[in-house]
Amino acid sequence: MNFSSLTLEILVASLAMLLLVSDLWAGPRVRSRLGFVSMAGLFAILAISFNIAPCAPGSADSMLAQDGLALFFQRFFLVTAIFIVFMANLCADRIPMGIGEFHVIVLVALTGMMLAAAANDFVMVFVALELMSICFYVLVSFQRSRLCSLEAGVKYLILSALSASILVFGIALIFGSANETNFVRLNAAGAALDQNKVYWLGMLLVLFGLSFKIAAFPLQVWAPDVYQGAPTPVTAFLAIGSKAAGFVLVLRVLFLAMPRLALQWDKILMLAAGITILYGNLCAIPQRNLKRLLGYSSISNAGYLLLGVVAFSASGSAAVLYYLAGYLFTLAAAFLIIGLVMRDSEDIGTLAGLGRRSPFLAAALSLVMVSLAGIPPLAGFLGKFLLLRALIERGAVDCYCYWLAGVALVGVVISLYYYFAVIRVMYWAKDPPDLSPIAVPAGVRIPLAVCMAAMLYLGIFPRAVLASAMDAVKSLNF
Amino acid sequence: MSLLTYIFLLPMLTALLIVLIPRNYRFVIRSLALLATFASLILAVTAFCKFDTAAAARGFQFVQQITWASALGMSYHVGADGINIGLILMGAVVVFAATCVSYRVTTREKEFYILLLTMGGGILGAFASLDLFFFYFFHELALVPVFIMIGVWGRGENKNFAAFQITLYLSFGALLVLLGLIALYLQLPPPDRTLDIVTLTEYFKANPMAQAPQHLIFPVLLFGFGILVSLWPFHTWAPLGYASAPTGTAMIHAGVLKKFGLYGLIRIALPFMPDEARHWAVILSILCLGNILYCGLVAMRQRDLNMLIGNSSVAHMGFAFLGIASLSLIGITGTVVIMIAHGFLAALTYALSGYLRDELQTTDMDQMGGLLRKLPFIGTVMIMAMLAGCGLPGFAGFPGEILVFFGSWQRSEVIAVLAIWGALIIAGVYMFRAIRDIWHGPKEWTAIGDPLTLARKMPYCLLLGGLILFGCFPRLLTDKIKTNVAPVVRMVGAEAVQLSSVPKGWSAK
Repeated sequence: MNFSSLTLEILVASLAMLLLVSDLWAGPRVRSRLGFVSMAGLFAILAISFNIAPCAPGSADSMLAQDGLALFFQRFFLVTAIFIVFMANLCADRIPMGIGEFHVIVLVALTGMMLAAAANDFVMVFVALELMSICFYVLVSFQRSRLCSLEAGVKYLILSALSASILVFGIALIFGSANETNFVRLNAAGAALDQNKVYWLGMLLVLFGLSFKIAAFPLQVWAPDVYQGAPTPVTAFLAIGSKAAGFVLVLRVLFLAMPRLALQWDKILMLAAGITILYGNLCAIPQRNLKRLLGYSSISNAGYLLLGVVAFSASGSAAVLYYLAGYLFTLAAAFLIIGLVMRDSEDIGTLAGLGRRSPFLAAALSLVMVSLAGIPPLAGFLGKFLLLRALIERGAVDCYCYWLAGVALVGVVISLYYYFAVIRVMYWAKDPPDLSPIAVPAGVRIPLAVCMAAMLYLGIFPRAVLASAMDAVKSLNF
Repeated sequence: MSLLTYIFLLPMLTALLIVLIPRNYRFVIRSLALLATFASLILAVTAFCKFDTAAAARGFQFVQQITWASALGMSYHVGADGINIGLILMGAVVVFAATCVSYRVTTREKEFYILLLTMGGGILGAFASLDLFFFYFFHELALVPVFIMIGVWGRGENKNFAAFQITLYLSFGALLVLLGLIALYLQLPPPDRTLDIVTLTEYFKANPMAQAPQHLIFPVLLFGFGILVSLWPFHTWAPLGYASAPTGTAMIHAGVLKKFGLYGLIRIALPFMPDEARHWAVILSILCLGNILYCGLVAMRQRDLNMLIGNSSVAHMGFAFLGIASLSLIGITGTVVIMIAHGFLAALTYALSGYLRDELQTTDMDQMGGLLRKLPFIGTVMIMAMLAGCGLPGFAGFPGEILVFFGSWQRSEVIAVLAIWGALIIAGVYMFRAIRDIWHGPKEWTAIGDPLTLARKMPYCLLLGGLILFGCFPRLLTDKIKTNVAPVVRMVGAEAVQLSSVPKGWSAK
């Protein structure tokens, strides 16, 4: 038994256990500092992750593939978790009981995501996803006294359970037809399997189930409701971590387990991408609640990310990774600001006059919106540039890609409208109700500044991150 | 470091610097902005004077290249040849003048100057860039500030609508351009893929692009760039957007930013896709008649000064497109001259109408009249600008327009005659009517006056000076431009008309 490929997961899980035990035994003073312990531990694990080389590529008899792709996403999840824990500290006063448990559950969900990043077997896919989902059932309804948090929790529970059952049904069909669950062996089982209709159905159901996690058509309807109701740090975790975990699984399933079948299904995937983009963008237009708006925007972003998947190329998958990296910092900044400013109401109207109340926060939120809209010099632009490049490259083989690029373009123009409406409210809304200045503690300025710097860095200097993304996708088959 | 890098980096770095300055240091903020744009103007003049016309045919000057992301074939590459050196000079003058006339902005000055400098630096960077990525990147960077500036500092009932209209319209055009540029880049075989415009030009010269991709890419680029330049019928964003924008924004956008599309067509679309360029030239020359005649007639009906200027500016773009559609050396050279002349002219007219708007609190021409007695300086400059807008000899627009007419005559006499009619008659009618309605008449005014100090008059003089300088000595531009337009025309393969066949005075060699 080789534990080396599980180092990071074991460390995160131990950190969770440590927090759980100290939450029991420590006094109230220590208990309120548990978040900082968790952050310090995550920083340490992140540092360790940079000393680990991708050691074990996926093989025919391993459930985990500790390859470059896994390591890229594990670092991604660690950074995400650091932001989430920070936000939870910030909002701790609104989580009346069990902030210690909150941190523990976040770390357990993180373990699930990190396992998903390395999954090389359908059994591991299911275990990792369930570990994540069960944590999220609790997290989404953590504000037990708020009705809409509970409502969101129930919605998430039902729909997530539905998608998980679809997924596990698909896995059962795959196992029944191929007698295998390992990605490498499924791929090696050869073309004979590709003709098997039961196997087809199994794979289709697996993709169906995964579309829940990435919030893409056909299982995207939950996103706005749950995003709106969940506590802000949890929404951020769902929007960044859960989506990225879904995408790494989509990449692994499509390009490791079923590369030939994926190519046959390119039209289905393209259709899903196009519908997701249009659905997310069109439904976002009338939204007044910022978290709900970001829920729809998250759907449309899942659509853009799928463009990189349907490019069926290394450059497309690298673009997905790059886009997610930019998305992480963009959304982290967005939810930090939401957590700070929109304490009572998440209506966009409460942002009125933010340009005068706190120019720093307004500038940061403007950068977020501009980056989400995909405008230089920010991360969102370079991400979309890389995705479109990969898609148009694919157009030489499949001319439908040009149509899909056109749909994406229409989607981006629609999204400009609602993203810029947020900027409009901040700077020139009529009669802002409240003009009292907002004090921004230094502890919040630093992570926000980090996010802004990262957005600019990813938008202007693509070399380093793009190289690591290109490196990470080498383990996929195209 | 190349001179060009400093020209656009100075305003941008100053914008970053202003971020750090507390907002109550208003004098410091404005002085820094003025200093940065003035320095970039001086550098642009230096570059223009140092530009070696004799060596222009041998390639780009002031070149600087840094590898940026080799995985994408992306490099930071700037350089100037005869086509963009004049545009950079014009851009730097307009950006400086726009900063000068913005002294009336008193609310949230810090943000205003940050955005103005970002916009100015961005568009100068786009003209200097020789890499498709940065070419697009800098233009788009200059576009976003327009939205916020119209919203926060803009005027008029419809500023909200105008801000969204101009942003969505232009972003759509820019995204079309992005698709086209990516598709161009992917025409190269994977190992030599590059975003470098110079390398791409060499490549397409040696290996002309196949028909099928040209067929797809050229219209995308033509309409993408066309939307950015307000090609008829995609021009509706322009008049209202400019009328609602604060003065400085309207000056930079109408003067400089809009020329990006024309520049892109000349630099990229025509030489890379010659077959489709010849095919679309016919359609383009009909569409640009829409600009000249339709928008000219619309301008005639306007009673609002800003809407009149906006429509006349759209009409002027028709002449620039006409030159491109002629696909001849003389026509495209004329287009570049028009681009520069119109940059000065549009900036000047928006600066003047902005001054009137601030003084009178209205731009309705029915409420004006008799202003020349109170505003002798502004009035004189504006009458000169309006005469320049009709294409009067002595102003830079004249050599440009006449070169374009010579060029388009070779293609089609009918279109040339219609365009000349539009230029001389329609423009004459609305410009002279505006002069009469605004400046003459019996109406008496109190409590208004000219700018008091010489410093406040200077930006107007600077822009007018540019118009007169290049109007009297067009060879300063044409000699540079034609050297570098010649290879473009050769790549397009249309029969080139030698510039020497033009009457002496406009060019001789």
